[in-house]
This record gives sequence, structure tokens and C-alpha cells, in this order.
Amino acid sequence: MDPVIELDGLEVRFGKRVILKKLKAALTGRSVGLLGPNGAGKSTLINTLLGFHKPSAGTARILGRDIRTHAREVRSLIGYMPENDAYISSMTGVHMVRLMAELAGLPPEHALERAHEAFFYVGLGEVRYRAIGTYSLGMKQAAKLAQAIAHGPKLLFLDEPTNGLDPPARARMIQLIQEIRDRGDLHLLLSSHLLHDVEECCDQVLILKDGNVAAFCNLEEERRANRRFLELETRGENNGDFLAAVEKLGCETAPGAQGRLKLIMPDGVEVRRLYEIAAGQNVQIRRLNHKRDSLEDIFLKAMENPDGRL
Amino acid sequence: MAVYKKTYRPYEGKLTPGWSRFLVIPRYAFTEFHGKRFLSLFFFASFIYPLICALIIYVQHNASALNLLGVQGQGARGLISINVTFFMNLLGWQSVLALFLASFVGPGQVSPDLANNALTLYLARPFSRVEYVLGKMSVLAILMSLMTWIPGLLCFALQGYLEGWQWMKDNARLASGMFFGAWLWILMLALLALALSAWVKWKPAAGGLMFGVFFVGSAFGAVINAVQRTTWGNIFNIGHLVGVVWVQLFEGSNRTTNGAVFFRATAGEELPLWTCWMALAALSLICLYMLARKIRGAEVVR
Repeated sequence: MDPVIELDGLEVRFGKRVILKKLKAALTGRSVGLLGPNGAGKSTLINTLLGFHKPSAGTARILGRDIRTHAREVRSLIGYMPENDAYISSMTGVHMVRLMAELAGLPPEHALERAHEAFFYVGLGEVRYRAIGTYSLGMKQAAKLAQAIAHGPKLLFLDEPTNGLDPPARARMIQLIQEIRDRGDLHLLLSSHLLHDVEECCDQVLILKDGNVAAFCNLEEERRANRRFLELETRGENNGDFLAAVEKLGCETAPGAQGRLKLIMPDGVEVRRLYEIAAGQNVQIRRLNHKRDSLEDIFLKAMENPDGRL
Repeated sequence: MAVYKKTYRPYEGKLTPGWSRFLVIPRYAFTEFHGKRFLSLFFFASFIYPLICALIIYVQHNASALNLLGVQGQGARGLISINVTFFMNLLGWQSVLALFLASFVGPGQVSPDLANNALTLYLARPFSRVEYVLGKMSVLAILMSLMTWIPGLLCFALQGYLEGWQWMKDNARLASGMFFGAWLWILMLALLALALSAWVKWKPAAGGLMFGVFFVGSAFGAVINAVQRTTWGNIFNIGHLVGVVWVQLFEGSNRTTNGAVFFRATAGEELPLWTCWMALAALSLICLYMLARKIRGAEVVR
């Protein structure tokens, strides 16, 4: 699969400070999460991809277009929802989104039509003729999303889209992002501090630390692989026999104290078989968990490395 | 698609040509301008002087109108001469009104986009910083053109029509002087208005600073002249600088005037022409630098 975003030794310096250190990655997912602690370089990476900062070395390609040589073309493919407030306070919502769509190249009549559609889509249909300066924080976030999608981009950059939202507004924003992702018409790059948001919306994650790629993983594959890891807690006299029978199935096992057992199931063996064996050995399975490396585990592991390099 | 369907769909329609996108900005700005009664009234009021000039030109060439005024023969020509001073004064008056307009309209150009980071949204599109500045400048340039060189050239055309082709040929320099002189002033004002708008977020302060640059600058120059017994203080007097350049544009080396109303270089105190050009170029470069520092997609903290 052709990468959506390809980082090819991308380095960005502000004066003598190196912010992004020769990043290399090929992001192919439909929705990619961008994670990292404050100062890791997430926003700098997004700004560089948008052409706001010039790379000091290397380059990046977006949908095959080089950001150094095709900056304008690259920006025509992108919809950008910035992290901070971004609006013209005296303009009505629909007026501003129409202006932005026209600047992206839509003819005035199409821009107006799509501005209305985008406002209804993000749930602001009833307030689209109000000045944006009077909107609540949640409404401003939604308006930012509306301007980012109105011109029909191929790639959407969402920088902290749930910042400052209350739980219902946050849930609504996540739902919108998932809907956009599931339609399959565009790709997403979601930068967030909230691991839960990324976990809910993304299938790939790029973790940055101190300007380096600290981890890059496919969440879907991780989830699939983790399905084979189990944690059991058993009670009964024949725990030893149960362990031997489970190993005969082809499971790798690691027994713990007080009947606890970790095991990796081989392909083709169903969890039901464990219950059957336990019943045959007169052993009770009191607890059975799919051991799952959460995004938090992946993130924390990535942060353990002192220089953030993989 | 009906809006009630509330769904997202990609855009597959046609796109406008890239070169024309900066014109979106003046279109939106004029819609906003149209809604402001004071500015609209001021704008229309600014045509009074050119209308009076056109009336004077017409009356000068209308025997019945002159008879009504009781002026006949050569006296008619002496009433008001339609010459270089007439056109320079027309440009001078209109340029001062353009300064007022730039002070009212200019501060509202860039600062609202910077106040809440909307500039990021502009520049995240296939739209460059140069196009942004060009779009914002064109708002002022179009309005000020309508106030300065367009009525000036219409008066020139009326005079030429009534006086004859030979007059037009003999005085073609007046037309070119009017055109280029006005554009020099328009570009200076537009750059200064945008630069101040980018740096001073409070609109009344930015408007006030526009006047400050012109009037405080000339006062400062006068003080330097008085204290140092020199004429080089005039380098801070934009009216003086523009006046010297206008005289050259209108008259070339055959100088008969020392500038226009509000843009006059005191006789004997004129700075060399090249100095005036250099000073105006320096002011433009400072404004461009100020704009370049502020018109960015993302702020860089070094």
C-alpha cells in the first residue's frame, strides 16, 4: 500500500535547536494517531507537513507529493483543524467556512452549499448565521472541523480535536471523527494527548519523543496479536494436570502463584477448549482475561527509552 | 445534496484557477465595507472634490455658463487655470482623503485574522503569504484607486475632450504623473496600513498611528531641521518626500511648482530626488519586513 505520509529523514531546526531529528516512517493507515508528550514535536511535524516550517534536512511526502517541491499541491489535499482557537470573530460561521472553502479553490456557489452542509454535519446547523465569536468552546471546535472538511480534502489533520470539550461534546466529536474515518473517503492524522481518543479513532500510531520516532505500531495488528494472550486464575486440586493438558494443546504457559497462569494460545485453538479441559480435570476457571497491551502500555514502553529512539 | 442528510461527502467539482484566489479577499472585504454606513458615506463624499473639478473644467469650456457668471473672453481662462497645479492639487486632496480611508479601513484588515489565529486557516490552504498580503492590499488599492487616479484621469480626459487632442498630447505627462504618483501613494499607504494592522491589534490605535507616521514624522523632521540647521530632517516628512517625487513625475525637469496641497516641499529646502526615492523605498521595505514577521502560518519560538 502506498504511504499516505512518508517521512524521509525529516529534520526541522529552529535556530540551533533541532526539533525533529531525521524522522523516518511510512504511515499507511486510514487513520493515524500522533502521540507524544509536550514538546515532542507533534505540532511542529504537522506544521512542517503544511509547509509552515521549512525542513532543514530530508523531506516528507504526502500522498506521493513532496512537501518541499509541491507545497501548494500538498495543501490542496489537506484539511486542517488546528489545536488553538482559529476563527474570525466578527464573521458568521457559515460565512467563514465559505471563505475558507473558496480559498481552497471551490467556486462561490459550491463553497456556500458545502459550508451549509458542513455546518449541519457537525451539528451546528441552527447557529450557522451567528458570529463565531459568540460560540461556546465546543461549538468553536465543531466549527473548526467544519472548515477543515468543507472543501473535501483527501487528508485531514486534527490537532487535539477534543481539547476543552465536556464529556458529551467529546463523545460527539469522537463519533464524528469515526464517521468520517469509516466512510473511507479520506485519511486522518489525529494528534492528541488523550490516548483514549487515539485508541478509539486510529488504526496506526506514531509516537514521538524529543523529536525522534519513539514507537510506530499498527494498533489493529496489536489488538489481533493480543487476542492470543490469556491470563487465567484457577481453583482446584489438579492444577498441575490442567497445566500439562493445556501445554499438550500447544499453548506456551507461565504459571504464577495462587493458581494464576499466563498462556499464549496457538492458532486454531478456541478458548472453549480450555473450559473443557478444566472441567475434565475438575478445575474451576475463576477468571479469564485476554491480556491486552493497551495503547497506554505501548506509550509507556516508548517513553522508557531515554533518548526516545527506537 | 440536501443539508438535512447531514453526511460527509468528498468534493469532486471544478476548482477556481490558483492565480485568482487572492481576489476572494477583496470580495469579502467589500461586502463588509458595504455594511458600514459611515465608511460608505465617507467614500461617496470623497468624490465631491473631483466633481467640483469636473464642473470647473466644464464651465471653463461653456460660454453660456461663463456668461451667467459674468466672465467673458480671456478672463474665463484666468478664472481657474487647468494646468499642472490644478491636477496636482486634485491628487493632493484626494490623497489626503485616501489617507483617512486607509486609516479607517486598514487597521481592520490583518488584525482580526491575527487576533484569533485565523491566519493559520488561510495559510493551511493552497494560498501563500504573498497572495494573502496581495489580497489584503488589493482591498485598499481598489478603494484608493477609485478615490485618486481614476477620478483624476477622468478629469484629464474631460479636459482633453473639451480642449482638443493637441492639449492631450502636450500634457500627456500630467496623466502619467497622476497615474504613477497616485500609485506611489497608494502602495505606501497600503503597506503602512497592513504593517500597522499586523502589529497593533487595537484598531483605533492602529488608525491613529497611521496619522502619527505622517504628522508626527513631519513635526520631528521640522525639529531636526531647526535644531541642526539642515534640511535633512525632511527625510522624516513623508509629505515632503512624496511632493518632490510628484513634481518630478508631473513636470520632469521643467519644474514650475514645488508640490501639491499637503504634499509640498518648501522652496529651497527640497531634498535631492534620489534621496526621496530611497527614503520611500526604505519605508516600504520596513513595512514589508514587519509584515513578513507577522504573516506566518505558525509562530516559531526559538
